[in-house]
Amino acid sequence: MDFDLMLRVYPFFIEAAGITILLSVLTAFLGLACGALGAAARLSRFAVARFVGAAYVSVFRGTPALIQLFILYFGGPQIGIQLDAFQAGVIGLGINAGAYMTETIRGAIISIDKGQKEAARTLGLSRWQAMHKIILPQAARLMVRPLGVNLNMLIKATALVAAISVVELTYTAQRYIGSTYKPFEMFLLAGILYMIIIYVTGRAVAWLDRRVQIN
Amino acid sequence: MTDHSNFVQVRHAQKSFGTLEVLKDISLTVERGQIVAIIGPSGSGKSTLLRAINDLDPLTRGEVWLDGVQVNKSLPFRQYEKHINEMRQKIGMVFQHFNLFPHMTARENVTMAPKMLKGLSNQQADALANEQLDKVGMLERIDYYPSQLSGGQKQRVAIARALAMEPKLMLFDEATSALDPELVDEVNQVMKKLAEEHMTMIIVTHEMDFAASVCDRVLFMDQGVVVEEGPPEVVFKNPEKDRTRAFLRKHLEGAK
Ligand SMILES: Nc1ncnc2c1ncn2[C@@H]1O[C@H](COP(=O)(O)OP(=O)(O)O)[C@@H](O)[C@H]1O
Ligand SMILES: [Mg+2]
Repeated sequence: MDFDLMLRVYPFFIEAAGITILLSVLTAFLGLACGALGAAARLSRFAVARFVGAAYVSVFRGTPALIQLFILYFGGPQIGIQLDAFQAGVIGLGINAGAYMTETIRGAIISIDKGQKEAARTLGLSRWQAMHKIILPQAARLMVRPLGVNLNMLIKATALVAAISVVELTYTAQRYIGSTYKPFEMFLLAGILYMIIIYVTGRAVAWLDRRVQIN
Repeated sequence: MTDHSNFVQVRHAQKSFGTLEVLKDISLTVERGQIVAIIGPSGSGKSTLLRAINDLDPLTRGEVWLDGVQVNKSLPFRQYEKHINEMRQKIGMVFQHFNLFPHMTARENVTMAPKMLKGLSNQQADALANEQLDKVGMLERIDYYPSQLSGGQKQRVAIARALAMEPKLMLFDEATSALDPELVDEVNQVMKKLAEEHMTMIIVTHEMDFAASVCDRVLFMDQGVVVEEGPPEVVFKNPEKDRTRAFLRKHLEGAK
């Protein structure tokens, strides 16, 4: 194994890891927004909204994220959507992650005992007040762990955008393989950096989870 | 249309869950300050009737009136929501499983709704929490979370939470059924106190002795109908109907 080579190129990988992190953060926020909307739709009192929410989840969970990225990036211009690779990566992965997060958020909300909502409504709170003041604060605590799992998957999924040539960690590894012919070292380096990112994120999620538990 | 001496009125209540008819044409009147106990075998529709009164389980047919206002009147969705939220503020409910808000202290459980719906200041809310929790003997635990309280203590906080909205009517759905026997009395004492203050109450209960000691009238329900109703002396001691007798006999045997 060529340690010298790894030491020589790793600063460029660190830089690329920065792009992966940026991509992950943006995707996570977009995913959360889509997930919140999706969950609201899935739990709506309007059948049309419930249908749209369910369709969103089954379409985006039921097809490969890579195909979704290709449709958006390569197919987009055909229907008038012009995005650069980074934008397409964030939007494509964000909408995809949102489908998973929809189910996570919805799952946490419906797992709150229905007596909670009844007690709130009985006091005279409106649907929204009961949701906002009673259900969501409890559901949010239950969401932290499963959203952490979504986040873990989302970080790994950012590797896919190498396929639409976003210069992130995986793409960078491939590029250095082209010039060094050392795929083992290059992919290993990328893998180690992914692991660090995911490990730190996992710890942060575990910390947050401990912090928000009631007593 | 409205007779004000009929403080609470349920008129021809009928309720079906799918094809299952749970309430079959039930009518009920409660005068202001009266205490009515509802007894009957499990599955007879007691909870459903109680939950119809504040529209948690909307009736299929029939009307519920409180103090001259129809609770379940038909209105467009938004108007109905506004109306029912106002009505529910006047109807306190206590559940078998307490349904306290676990992420809030006793104080916060009590003050959340008054602050949100009546715009109480923090100071007013604190005074209210003190007053209501004192009334149920829970002042010392004002800053405890529900998980730190016993079942009886939880139920007393739940009663304080309902009282904090200053309801005109209190509904109790087996408030002591989930409690260990030694904790039942502390909750019954609170309910007795409310009775002495002439709170109008409808109490679903399995405790015949308690019902006999506090209520003005007893309803015996079976299979979605009121089989018999009258003063406790009569219904408990000298019931007219065979079904009532059979139920009470079975219940006594069960208690032994
Ligand atoms: N939400 C519901 N959906 C379907 N059936 C219900 C529902 N709630 C109650 N029931 C049924 O209605 C009947 C009466 O229930 P309930 O009012 O809880 O009786 P009780 O309180 O007297 O034990 C039971 O057969 C019960 O299974
Ligand atoms: Mg019941």
